Amino acid sequence: MESKLLLSIYVLWLREMKRLIRSKSRFVSSLAMPLMFLIFLGSGFKGVQFQGVTSYIDFLTPGIAGMAVIFSSTFAGLSVLWDREFGFLKEIAVAPVSNVAVICGRIAGSATTSVFQAMAILILSVPLGFSPATTGIVASLPFIVLMAITFTGMGLFFAALIRDFHGFGLVINFVIFPLFFLSGAVFPISNLPSVVLPVAYLNPLFYGVDGLRAVLLKNSVLPAWFDLVASLIFSVVTVIVGAKAFDRL
Amino acid sequence: MYSIVVDELVKRYNGTKALDCVSFKVRKGCIFALLGPNGAGKTTLTNILTTLIEPDSGYAEVAGISVKEKIKVRERIGVVFQEPALDTRLTARENLEFHAMLYGVSKKEREKRIEKALELVGLKEWQDVLVEKFSGGMKRKLEMARVFVHTPEVLFLDEPTLGLDIQTRRKIWNYIKMLRSKGITIFMTTHYIEEAENLCDMVAIIDRGKIVKIGTVDGLRRELGEDTVYIELFEPCRLEVIEKFEEVMEVNIGEDGKTIQIIASKGDELIPKLLSSLSRSGIKVKAVSVKTPGLEDVFMKLTGRKFDGV
Ligand SMILES: Nc1ncnc2c1ncn2[C@@H]1O[C@H](COP(=O)(O)OP(=O)(O)OP(=O)(O)O)[C@@H](O)[C@H]1O
Ligand SMILES: [Mg+2]
Repeated sequence: MESKLLLSIYVLWLREMKRLIRSKSRFVSSLAMPLMFLIFLGSGFKGVQFQGVTSYIDFLTPGIAGMAVIFSSTFAGLSVLWDREFGFLKEIAVAPVSNVAVICGRIAGSATTSVFQAMAILILSVPLGFSPATTGIVASLPFIVLMAITFTGMGLFFAALIRDFHGFGLVINFVIFPLFFLSGAVFPISNLPSVVLPVAYLNPLFYGVDGLRAVLLKNSVLPAWFDLVASLIFSVVTVIVGAKAFDRL
Repeated sequence: MYSIVVDELVKRYNGTKALDCVSFKVRKGCIFALLGPNGAGKTTLTNILTTLIEPDSGYAEVAGISVKEKIKVRERIGVVFQEPALDTRLTARENLEFHAMLYGVSKKEREKRIEKALELVGLKEWQDVLVEKFSGGMKRKLEMARVFVHTPEVLFLDEPTLGLDIQTRRKIWNYIKMLRSKGITIFMTTHYIEEAENLCDMVAIIDRGKIVKIGTVDGLRRELGEDTVYIELFEPCRLEVIEKFEEVMEVNIGEDGKTIQIIASKGDELIPKLLSSLSRSGIKVKAVSVKTPGLEDVFMKLTGRKFDGV
């Protein structure tokens, strides 16, 4: 039983990977926006100091890695809409696999893609002046994976909510971008007006990005363990919510 | 031994009954067709039997297992949906591989079966092409190939030849017959009457959520009972020559007296008797034909409406 579940998850993950390899150009083009943020904000705000981090590119890079993750994993969650549109969701729906396996497979695929995306950002930002703690790269993995799980779950939830592609732009403009700007990714949330501060503290991306800064820069608002626990809680909650939503699709 | 048992199944959509107390059984190894016009409830019934939706009330089992035990039922069935259900961003072979793995076919067996299935449906040369480049007919063939890869106990086909040209339809029919010869029970829906007539052991006619008739194609025809015999003669003849046979129910003679339409209970048995009787009377016959009623006539008789599905 256990091994069958794992096998099903593996098969569904493998499909995501095949699709990922097939659409390398899509992978590269989805890196374009975070890279532009990195380059233009990084050079435009050169010399700005936040949280006592002397170089702005150091401060910015973990935030942009978080940006790459939130976008790629929300898209992955929303991509069930494509599967439904092309009928493929039915092939999976009548296969002898549980919904748990289907959701885990999707999340596993999405997390893998997100790790690649975040790593690409971290590596490409080194020539731009980013100098992370070397152990930090490995230590950043749990944060990246937990963010990916959280936002894939959120993507599934919104897929069930909007039901077709028309709502896609709404999710990006009114959910993902606000979450990104209120996460402390490009400036510390302490600079925000105090009315929106509570919202920022409910934002899973805040803990992810703060955790990345903790391990990559040894500089963060909250201790790393706290960010990790918060990210874990968010990922569990959103996966449960996302799985419930997926059942209704 | 029954592969499908359905008992008093009801499914409502916003108050209207898509399925209204449907009951029937399908014997193991049969091709069973659910024939009905658009909106009759064919897809709804297929979705219940394939565990995609749950009925409001009633009981259904597939391969001896209640459809409530979803995973167990899914392990034993194959499904080809009305709309294609392929991953268009994978190749034909990758789609088959994915399918085989999902159904737990071992690696060694997998290679062999995929090879054979691709050959069977004639998609060997297309195996490494992305499915998004496939035509509707090719997609349907690939979906049939998937069935050959995991060999289910019961196969569900929802309108398997909808929108296909006649050659491709014939091919799909052959695959279906091939699957039956392997002992697989086939449940299919169609709104093509000739499909049901050509292919099926059993037919259930469904209309507005109700099964209006169920039986073998021949049985349904026979029940309707009336054949039409057309005779064309070289010269007019007297009515008594024709009317004396017990099979004859009604005779209509054309204005020239040479073309005759006979409504008869057993047209095929009437013709030889009629011909010898005519020749004994010295009347030469130019042409004879008999039309036995089709499912179309059965449908019309049962519902009082023309079958508009074709
Ligand atoms: N999800 C749904 N919501 C509301 N009504 C539905 C739904 N699915 C089906 N129906 C209704 O139930 C009835 C039966 O539909 P169904 O799709 O089973 O017909 P069908 O026999 O498969 O028709 P077709 O030949 O067009 O495929 C129709 O009146 C349809 O409008
Ligand atoms: Mg239908």
